[in-house]
Amino acid sequence: MDNDLILLGHGSGGKLSHQLLSDLVIPTLSGIPPAGQNDAAVVTHNGQRFAFTTDSYVVDPLFFPGGNIGCLAVNGTINDLAMMGARPLYMSVGLIMEEGFSRAELKEILDSMRAAADGAGVAIVTGDTKVVPRGKADRIFINTSGVGVIEHDLAIGGNCARPGDRVLINGAIGDHGIAVMAKREGLDLESDIRSDCAALNGLVEEILKEGDAVHVLRDPTRGGVATTLKEIALQSRVGITLQERALPYNGAVKGVCAILGLDPLYVANEGKILVVAAPQAADALLERMRSHPLGREAAIIGEVTGEDDRGRLEIDTVSGGTRAVEMLAGEQLPRIC
Amino acid sequence: MFVSNGPVERIRVEVEGIVQGVGFRPFIYRLAARYGISGWVRNTPAGVLLEGEGERSHLSAFLRDISAQAPPLAAISSVHSETISVTGEGGFSILPSSGGENSAQISPDCDVCEDCLRELFDPRDRRYLYPFINCTNCGPRYSIITAIPYDRRFTTMERFAMCADCRAEYEDPANRRFHAQPNACPVCGPRIALLDSSGREVMQGGGGRGHDVLLAAVNLLQRGGVLAVKGIGGYHLAVDACNEEAVANLRRRKQRDEKPFAIMAPDLARIDSFARCSETEQRLLGGPERPIVLLPKREATPIASLVAPDNGYFGVMLPSTPLHHLLLRNNFIALVMTSGNQSDEPIAYRDSEAREQLAGIADLFLAHDREIHVRSDDSIIRVFHGSPLFLRRSRGYVPRGIRLPAEQPSVLAVGGELKATVCLTRNDRAFLSQHIGDLKNSATLRSLEECVAHLEKILEIRPALVAHDLHPDYLSTAYAVDLPDLPRVAVQHHHAHMASCMAENSLEGEAIGVIFDGTGYGLDGTVWGGEFLVGGYREFRRQGHMRLVALPGGDAAVREPYRMALSYLFDAGERDFAALQLSCLGDVSAQERHLLQRMLERGINAPLTSSCGRLFDAVSALLDVRSRITYEGQAAIELEALAESAVTDREYPFSVEEFAGRLILDMRPALVELLKDLALGVPRAIMARCFHNSMAAATAGMCERIRCRNGLNRVVLSGGVFQNKLLVEGTLNRLAELDFQVFTHRLVPPGDGGLALGQAVIAGCMRREAERSTELEMLR
Ligand SMILES: [Fe+3]
Ligand SMILES: [Mg+2]
Ligand SMILES: [Zn+2]
Ligand SMILES: [Zn+2]
Repeated sequence: MDNDLILLGHGSGGKLSHQLLSDLVIPTLSGIPPAGQNDAAVVTHNGQRFAFTTDSYVVDPLFFPGGNIGCLAVNGTINDLAMMGARPLYMSVGLIMEEGFSRAELKEILDSMRAAADGAGVAIVTGDTKVVPRGKADRIFINTSGVGVIEHDLAIGGNCARPGDRVLINGAIGDHGIAVMAKREGLDLESDIRSDCAALNGLVEEILKEGDAVHVLRDPTRGGVATTLKEIALQSRVGITLQERALPYNGAVKGVCAILGLDPLYVANEGKILVVAAPQAADALLERMRSHPLGREAAIIGEVTGEDDRGRLEIDTVSGGTRAVEMLAGEQLPRIC
Repeated sequence: MFVSNGPVERIRVEVEGIVQGVGFRPFIYRLAARYGISGWVRNTPAGVLLEGEGERSHLSAFLRDISAQAPPLAAISSVHSETISVTGEGGFSILPSSGGENSAQISPDCDVCEDCLRELFDPRDRRYLYPFINCTNCGPRYSIITAIPYDRRFTTMERFAMCADCRAEYEDPANRRFHAQPNACPVCGPRIALLDSSGREVMQGGGGRGHDVLLAAVNLLQRGGVLAVKGIGGYHLAVDACNEEAVANLRRRKQRDEKPFAIMAPDLARIDSFARCSETEQRLLGGPERPIVLLPKREATPIASLVAPDNGYFGVMLPSTPLHHLLLRNNFIALVMTSGNQSDEPIAYRDSEAREQLAGIADLFLAHDREIHVRSDDSIIRVFHGSPLFLRRSRGYVPRGIRLPAEQPSVLAVGGELKATVCLTRNDRAFLSQHIGDLKNSATLRSLEECVAHLEKILEIRPALVAHDLHPDYLSTAYAVDLPDLPRVAVQHHHAHMASCMAENSLEGEAIGVIFDGTGYGLDGTVWGGEFLVGGYREFRRQGHMRLVALPGGDAAVREPYRMALSYLFDAGERDFAALQLSCLGDVSAQERHLLQRMLERGINAPLTSSCGRLFDAVSALLDVRSRITYEGQAAIELEALAESAVTDREYPFSVEEFAGRLILDMRPALVELLKDLALGVPRAIMARCFHNSMAAATAGMCERIRCRNGLNRVVLSGGVFQNKLLVEGTLNRLAELDFQVFTHRLVPPGDGGLALGQAVIAGCMRREAERSTELEMLR
């Protein structure tokens, strides 16, 4: 294989993406140590801390049950800011369109961007539009950047999980990835599976009321819950054990995943948040999350078991065993010989 | 004083191999006495060193008998002798070890010897009915050793102080128990106990031999109870194998629906009452290693049908400890003896852990206070064409070394993922570990780490590099990547299978490798598994493979063979899954059919594979033998059992195409024919047999074509599919007709249990070549 080539796997959010970032992108651009990788950068100006982030959206299909590329682009960036415990304030939007893209579809996308921003209390304040010749892009790509203000002095980050902490999630796992795949591949599903795409800043505000009991906030997007928790375990140098029994799933998603042979733990979410918090606050936090519309199905799904340099992530299965969960190199590959 | 008639000479002899802890020095002592030879013997780092002085003819007889009459547990790898000058010293003595580095091989665990067995049942013997009787010719070894040298203080017998009688035996060179490290008796040694899951003794008394305890345990089994029994390498779960209800109960509690249970019978005569057993099989069963041997079932047997449902074979073993002999003799035709674990967990071997893990399964625990230091499962063997084939190489064989074709740098190879074993090499020896199991289970993964550490310690190997599978997501790969500072070599899965078969057959140069396997990560990122490779240890070329089909759902396609049936049908042009009428699709919903069809059409999580195992799965499903499996290989195993019940020489057609310089074996013609037979209502057994015939014929056809290209005449058969007896025998016959020289596995399993050996040889060979070329560089 040619080592010079960027592969699709380098964008999967798995092991290859991490290698590309830590071997090439980060050292070349800024030198921020990979352990400091979070959803957004935190910068301080005149004593005030801000979170700043950017993200690009290339989803195919553009429209799917539960949303489209527009609300995804707005909510994704809002969520990245929220995961730093920031209150999102302003956003930029960059549109790259392919010659011949439909104006009506653009309008629909922009409408949903506006609605998402309004709903989250964020202002889109600047932007840019480019059009490239046919074939040089796939209909439309969107980049959004955002800035938010951090109005507390809590230490929240992927490296802050501590032994004994509990792991919580605000609801069912895997809906977005399966909804998008079903649409893209023309799967005729018996039940309606919708993307969970949502802005999480309101829920985060509620969570932050638990103060310094909150140690990590992360949205399990690309790579899913498994990859995100593995990142947290590695960054915090702790072991994490999940309880399979406690994982919330939408039954239809679970059924479709079983047929497709996909482990929903690796499937993307767009409206989910993983919270790692001190054990004594876990129950109160769970109540708080459940009281919010985006957290009604919240659950405590696991626990930080102890210090572990290898960042072991394990799952206690319903059949009684304990299984290791690893970050995948790329796609889910068969391994039974 | 010995009076000699001929000229007197003195020789110095170095013996290497497994010669320590097996009664070797007392054997030399007795041999020297027999021939009137003076001198001494002692253990050295490499084995045993001795000097002998005596008449020349006596010396040569002495030397001959060292090899010819060595103790049963000894495995001599080399005897080197030289003549030195005579000293005139008298007598023969056993000297203390020379100390220092100890690389002598440690012997595997072993069943009771004949002498000990006689004493065990002799009411006048002081060890009458004592469950821990042993001597230098028998007893536990590998499982109780905590460090080296092999000495009582470095075994789990350390906490038992020998009584005066035992001590006297231990110190008497003429005694069978001279330096028998686990030596013990009812006065001073370990005791058995009957415990409940909380660890409370439910049965007191019986003295050191614990006879009352034993009777209570037998009683529980006779009443149909489930007894956890502490064996050599871990706990077994036992029930009366003739009690249908007890077996059903065990299946329920263990949540194991179909996978066959192994059984243990007291003697060969009992085995003969329920299974057919050839001479080779009898020899294997009765050997000191005490493996499980797969034996064809007899028509009518007293054994409960639930022991091995839908299977033509029983997995049978003879007792492997004195405790087993005591449990079984005169009490049972056979006991189910299945490994004491919960679903995928490794076999329990520590007492408290076993009680915790097996609490809901076993009624009582027959335990004892001799700790097991190293866990190992039972070995499993199947006899093919008159020679044994390992399905699992574990207790009784580990850590016996395997000779490699050449010396190489020390390598640690970490194997596959599902049937993991590891391998360490030193000089020209490879040491394959016991069966470790499915690494996806966390406890199993930890036991891999423990196993590597322990083997490195007792074999005194510091690996210079680590070899692992090419699969990026195997947990063994992750383990290797995490090892600090060791250079790594990634080895392609099927190349490793091939090399493992070549290495154990001491092949050098190039050969044709027919690797029929489940799935393995290929060089091109696709999933390989039906491979025709050409090459040696250092490199290989993929000369041919089976036609690619999709694996819809990845591992789900392995667990559900009907998916493979659909995949093959799709490949043969079928485009309407909704309307398909096949019995194996009986319970497949419309939604599933639709999704599977879309997955195949659009390539959604449907990686392409050349797997041979998956073709067997597809046929098994098409013939409605098995559309979903509950244990690995089940679909193919049951298909083989079905095929064995029919006799026909007919074979289905196949075709071979050439693509990009490679030969592609296309079995679609066979499937088309099979589907016609299916429609005609041909007996399923006949179809299963025809399919096996066609695979053997296709294999021979491919090898013939490859030989035409490169003239290679040697073929090695490896990969998990070659656990199939019918396929192996058919393939061997056809290749023999074509005058091929064929090599199969005898020392390690053809499946992933043997993978680490191949990885180790490939990595070692690459490293050696690299070193050689740097040396050449430097000379220039
Ligand atoms: Fe394999
Ligand atoms: Mg992001
Ligand atoms: Zn003995
Ligand atoms: Zn004693």
